[in-house]
Amino acid sequence: MSVPTLPIENPYASVVSPSGFAVEFDNVSIAFDEKVVLDGVSFQLPHGETKALFGVAGSGKSTLLKLAMGLMPPDSGRIFVLGEEVTSMSEQELFELRRRVGIVFQESALFDSLKVYENVAFRLMEEGIPLDEVESRVREALRFVELERTYDMRPSELSGGMRRRVAIARAIITQPEVLLYDSPTGGLDPVTSNTIVELIVKQRDVYKTSALMVTHRLQDAFTMATHFFDKAANQMAILPRGQRCEVPMSFLILKDGKVIFDGDAQHLAASRDDYIREYIS
Amino acid sequence: MALELELISPIQVAKDFALAVQEYTLLAWQSLANLFRRPLYMADMLQQADVIGFGSLPIVVLTGISVGAILALNAASTLQRFGGITFIGQLVSSSMVTELGPLITGLMVAGRNASGMASELGSMVVTEQIDAMRALGTDPTKKLITPRVGATTFMLFFLTIIADLLGLVGGYAIAHLIFGLNSRQYWSSTWQELVFRDVFTGLIKPVLFGFIIATVGCYYGMSTRGGTQGVGRSTTQAVVAASVLILIVDFFVTKLIFAVFGYR
Repeated sequence: MSVPTLPIENPYASVVSPSGFAVEFDNVSIAFDEKVVLDGVSFQLPHGETKALFGVAGSGKSTLLKLAMGLMPPDSGRIFVLGEEVTSMSEQELFELRRRVGIVFQESALFDSLKVYENVAFRLMEEGIPLDEVESRVREALRFVELERTYDMRPSELSGGMRRRVAIARAIITQPEVLLYDSPTGGLDPVTSNTIVELIVKQRDVYKTSALMVTHRLQDAFTMATHFFDKAANQMAILPRGQRCEVPMSFLILKDGKVIFDGDAQHLAASRDDYIREYIS
Repeated sequence: MALELELISPIQVAKDFALAVQEYTLLAWQSLANLFRRPLYMADMLQQADVIGFGSLPIVVLTGISVGAILALNAASTLQRFGGITFIGQLVSSSMVTELGPLITGLMVAGRNASGMASELGSMVVTEQIDAMRALGTDPTKKLITPRVGATTFMLFFLTIIADLLGLVGGYAIAHLIFGLNSRQYWSSTWQELVFRDVFTGLIKPVLFGFIIATVGCYYGMSTRGGTQGVGRSTTQAVVAASVLILIVDFFVTKLIFAVFGYR
């Protein structure tokens, strides 16, 4: 899918890997206790694109993100992230690659023994960045998710939506080239969900970050396909008629461990497949 | 409803056990190797030393005094029959320094800290915090395990010395207050009884026990599966495994030291 010129400024140039894709799965399979979860899954995520992953519960969506992050090895197949073959790297080599990739876990996975600013600053502190720079970058990241007031709070003091937004701040603080979101809006109220969708759209359109987003909420993905982030107004806005679905956004549907759809919103809406029609209805 | 029992093959049990031993050995080796790799998390190690060392001090003080006093009380009832009450100091010092001090301190710290480590790390596993740490480019064995192993090994050494000393004080209190033994008589006999082998035995054991407590606690924590129920299971297993391993290692270390230094 071609990436259209959006009516926004692009301050960050996206780094293009030698493979031409931010993430690439090549015939990946994995089974747990003889239950096949992913069966020969292949797809590509072009640079700057956000791909929404759908499938019923237990269809392997979260597993797919963990595989991309190298948190678990597949039984077979190859996975490339930013041009590097994750499936052939040692854990030590993966630690280096993971510094260029951010992930937002389903339940946020904030370190509950640390304060919010320590959570967000975790990666910067590990890299030995001076404390004054860490503080300014943490405040900037928290401002991005509109939670600067939670700087000194503990994760246990935050609501579910706030925790999710802090997790996004933690994932984006180093401006990773790829972001992986695991059900970022799951279990949240519509207002908070919309705030998070807006943050993801902002990340896609302002920073041109490539992203894989696991979700059960089709409406969130369609919102992302029909909206862009208006930097001048600092808010998400609907694309003009005729340009709808021309943002770098695609959809991937998993069924029984296989990819049954990989394409943009228009192709999804036009699909004649009974399962897909039932799914999107 | 018919009760269905799932039969587990003995070969599968043996395989699982071999896998657990392999994983534990790897974790224990990595925790040591990380001491020579950067980054070394000194702040985390100091924090753990505070939690494990100073946090365990009250229980070690209490058990040290109690064990010394009980030992003196039991020994006195036997020694009195043979007119050997003056040997209380010798008996308390050799028992406390070579055996009971390290063992009781090890078991107490295992009960308190192996469970603490297993539950803390287990909770981090089930809430994906360990995965999050790996995803943030940080090695959990360096950040979480090595500081705990280093701190426990280091602090148990000093906790054992404190327990030994307080055990002698507890024994003295009984010998002096109940059996009217002269202070000078008690302390000089405790001092004279101890030889290099006793002190060496008493100081090598806590180093091994500390290593066992931390590696077992961390291993069960990191291998937690199955939500909060799994955390509870890991916690119990960690205490049981650490205690049993301490007792087994204690036996073999004592036997080895006797083989090297000879019996008296």
